[in-house]
Amino acid sequence: MSETVSSDKLLREFAPQIEHTGKYGKLWIGFLIVVICYGWFALYWQVSRGHIVTGMRDNVVWGVYIVNFIFFMGISYAGALISGTLHLFHAEWRKPIIRMAEFITIISLLIGPCFIMLCVGRLDRLPNLILFGRIQSPITWDVIAISTDIIGCILFLYLALLRDLGKMRDFKELKVPQWQKKMYKILALGYTGTPEQQLMLKKATDVMAGMVIAIAIIVYSVLAWIFSVTLQPGWHSTIFGPYFVIAAVYSGTGVLIVSMYFFRKVYHLENHITLQHFVNVGVIMLVLGAFFGYFTFSEYLTKWYGSEKNDEQLIQVLLKNYFNLFILSNYVGVLAPLIVVGFKKLRTINNITIAAGIVVIALWLNRYLIVVPTLETPYLPIQDDREAWLHYSATWVEWALTAAGVAMFCLLFTIGSKLIPIVQVSDLKEDPEQPGDIHLM
Amino acid sequence: MENKKKEDNNSRRNFLKLGLLAGAGTVATGALIATGKNSGESGEKIKVLTTSGEVMEVDKNFLTQAPVGRVESHEGIPGRKFVMVIDLAKCKNARKCVEECQKGHNLPKDQEFMKVYLMQDSEKTAPYWFPKPCYHCDNPQCVSVCPVGATYKRSDGIVLIDNERCIGCKFCMTGCPYSTRVFAWKPNEEYDIDQAYSPEKSVPGVEGTVSKCDFCPDMAREGKLPYCASACPMGVIYFGDIDEDVVTNGTETFKFSELIRDRSGYRYLENLGTRPNVYYLPPVDRQFPVERGLDGLDEEITKRFDNTPYVKNLKNKEAK
Repeated sequence: MSETVSSDKLLREFAPQIEHTGKYGKLWIGFLIVVICYGWFALYWQVSRGHIVTGMRDNVVWGVYIVNFIFFMGISYAGALISGTLHLFHAEWRKPIIRMAEFITIISLLIGPCFIMLCVGRLDRLPNLILFGRIQSPITWDVIAISTDIIGCILFLYLALLRDLGKMRDFKELKVPQWQKKMYKILALGYTGTPEQQLMLKKATDVMAGMVIAIAIIVYSVLAWIFSVTLQPGWHSTIFGPYFVIAAVYSGTGVLIVSMYFFRKVYHLENHITLQHFVNVGVIMLVLGAFFGYFTFSEYLTKWYGSEKNDEQLIQVLLKNYFNLFILSNYVGVLAPLIVVGFKKLRTINNITIAAGIVVIALWLNRYLIVVPTLETPYLPIQDDREAWLHYSATWVEWALTAAGVAMFCLLFTIGSKLIPIVQVSDLKEDPEQPGDIHLM
Repeated sequence: MENKKKEDNNSRRNFLKLGLLAGAGTVATGALIATGKNSGESGEKIKVLTTSGEVMEVDKNFLTQAPVGRVESHEGIPGRKFVMVIDLAKCKNARKCVEECQKGHNLPKDQEFMKVYLMQDSEKTAPYWFPKPCYHCDNPQCVSVCPVGATYKRSDGIVLIDNERCIGCKFCMTGCPYSTRVFAWKPNEEYDIDQAYSPEKSVPGVEGTVSKCDFCPDMAREGKLPYCASACPMGVIYFGDIDEDVVTNGTETFKFSELIRDRSGYRYLENLGTRPNVYYLPPVDRQFPVERGLDGLDEEITKRFDNTPYVKNLKNKEAK
C-alpha cells in the first residue's frame, strides 16, 4: 500500500475555502440561519399550542415529519453504502467525492431523528424510551439501530479524516485562527503517516467500511418494519425492508450528485471532479433506479391485481387524489436517470444533476405516498364531519420545520467544508488524470 | 322456562356481587393509604375480600372515592375475563352510548371513545349502524408496538393506557386496525379537573398522549355496567364475563355462549388475528329501519354520513 503524496501545493489550492468566506458565502449562511430561526419559532408554536397546529389528526397520525425522517435517514446512505462499498472495491475514482458522501451521511443522520421527535406528543417524556424501553417494539429496535449507526458512521468519517487532519496541522502557511490550528492538532491524534500508522489506519478503515454497510442495511430495514409490522393495508408488505434500503441508497446517490455539482461550482473543483465522476455516480444511480422501479412495480402490481378490498381502496385513492404525485414519484423519478444516464448523448453534468434533483424530490414524494394515503384509508371508513380529519394537509408549522431541516443540512455541510477540505487532499495527485470508466472491482 | 329465568337472575346477581367484592379488595389494599386525605368516613363498614384472601372491614366511602393507581392498574380484577356483545339488530344510532361515555370520561366533544359508524358491507347488502368501542383484543397490536409499555394487557382481558407514561409517538394508533385510539391534540379544559389520575378511569386526560375506550373497569369494581351499556335506551350493549359465561345489558341477562350460538355472533375482521373480546350479533330481524338513525341528530353528526353510499343514494332519490 502506498500513500499518495500530496504536496503543499495541493493544500494551498484548498486553503482559500477554509481561510475565507466571501460575501455570497456569508449571505448564504445568514439566509440559512434565518430559515432555521423560522423553524425554531414553528417548534415553539407547536409545543405551546399542541399538535393541533399541525395537519395531523386521529387518522393520519403521522405526516410530513415522518416523511422527512425517512427521507433524511435515506440520504444518509450516500456515505454508508456508496463510500463503504467503493472503499472495499478499491474504486480509485471515488477519492474526490467520498468526503462529501460521508458528510452527507453524518449530517443527515443527525437531522433525521429530530423529525421523529417532532412527531412525539410528549417530548418531555423521551427518557421513557430508555427508562421503560421494551425490546418487543420496533421503535426500540430503531433507537438501538440508529444510535449504533451514528456512532459507526462518525468513526468511519473520522478515520477517513485523520490523514487530512495531520496534513492541516503540518501546513504552516494556513491562515486560520489559533483555536482552529489547535483543533487540527488534537483531532489528528499524532498521526504522522509512519508505515505502522498507515497499516493500522487501513485495517481500521476496512473493518469500519464493512460494518457501516451492514449497520446501514439493518437501520433501514428496521425503519421499514415500523410500517410493515402493522396490519395497515398499504404497509403490511414483505418487501418493505429491501424496498426501503434500495430507495434509501437511490436518494443518497441523488443528493451526492447534487452536492458534487454545487461544491464543484463554488469551490472551483473542476480539476478534481469531472464529468466522468458524474457519469460514474450516475450509472450507480441508474442501476439503483431500475431496482427501485422494479420494487415499486411489484409492490403496487400485487396489490392492484389481487384487489383485496382495502388494497383496492388504497390504489383508488392513490390514483384519484394523488395522481400527479404518484406519476411524478413512481414514473418520472424512475425514468429520469434511466433516460439521462442511459443515453450517452444526454450525459452532461447539468443533465445528470437535474435528473438527480428529480430523483431526490421523487423519493421524498414516494415516502409521502407510502405514509399518508395508507392512513387515509383505514379498515373502518373514516366518517367525520371535520375536513382535517378526512384528509391530511400539512400546515405552515410542518413546512417551516421541514425547511429548517433542509437549511440545517445545508448549514452543517457548509460549516463542515469550512473546517476541512471537501475533497480528501491526502488521496489526490497533483495533476489529476481523467478517471477511467466505472469499474467497481 | 321459569327455571331458566331464575338461573339468569342468579348469575347476574352473582356477577354484580362478585364485581363489587373483587373490586373492593383491590381498592382496599392498593389505595387506602393514598386517599388518607379523604377523611369523610361514612361510618358504614363493609366487609371485603382482599386479593390475598383475607377479609377486611373498610369504610364505604373509601370504596367509591379511591381510584386505582397506575401501578395497581396493571393487575386485572382477579378471576375476571370481560367481554362485550353488541346487538346490531337493535341499534338505531341514538348515540346515548357516545354521549354518556364522553361525560363519564370527561372528554371534550370532539373526542369519542365509542364511535357509531354507518356500515354497508357491499353495494347490495343492507346498511346498518355499527357501534365500535375498543375491542380489547387478546392479541393486541397496540400493546406489541408500544415502545415504553404505556399500554398493557391485563389478566381480566382489558387493554389500558397509562397516560402518565405515554410519550405520544402514536405507533399504537397505526398499529390498531380498528381506528380505536384517539390522540389529545390540544390542551382541553375538560382535562383540568382536580382528580387523582387513574388508568382505569382514563380521567383526567393528558395532552399529547393517546387514549381510548377502557371497558370501564372502575365501574366493574363497583358492580356497575360501563357507561355505554347502561346508557343505551335500546339495550344494544351487553357486558359481562366470558368465563362465567354471562352477559347483561342491565335489563336482560343471557348466557354468553348461548347468545352467540343462537344469534350467530361474530367478531369484526376476524381474519386479522387480533382476537377481539367484543362480539357482534348480526342485524337481522331489526327493530328499526336504518334511516331512523339519521333522525333528530345535530347537523354536524349527520354530515359525517354524507359520504356513505347509502346516504348518497337517499339524497339522489330525494332529488329525483
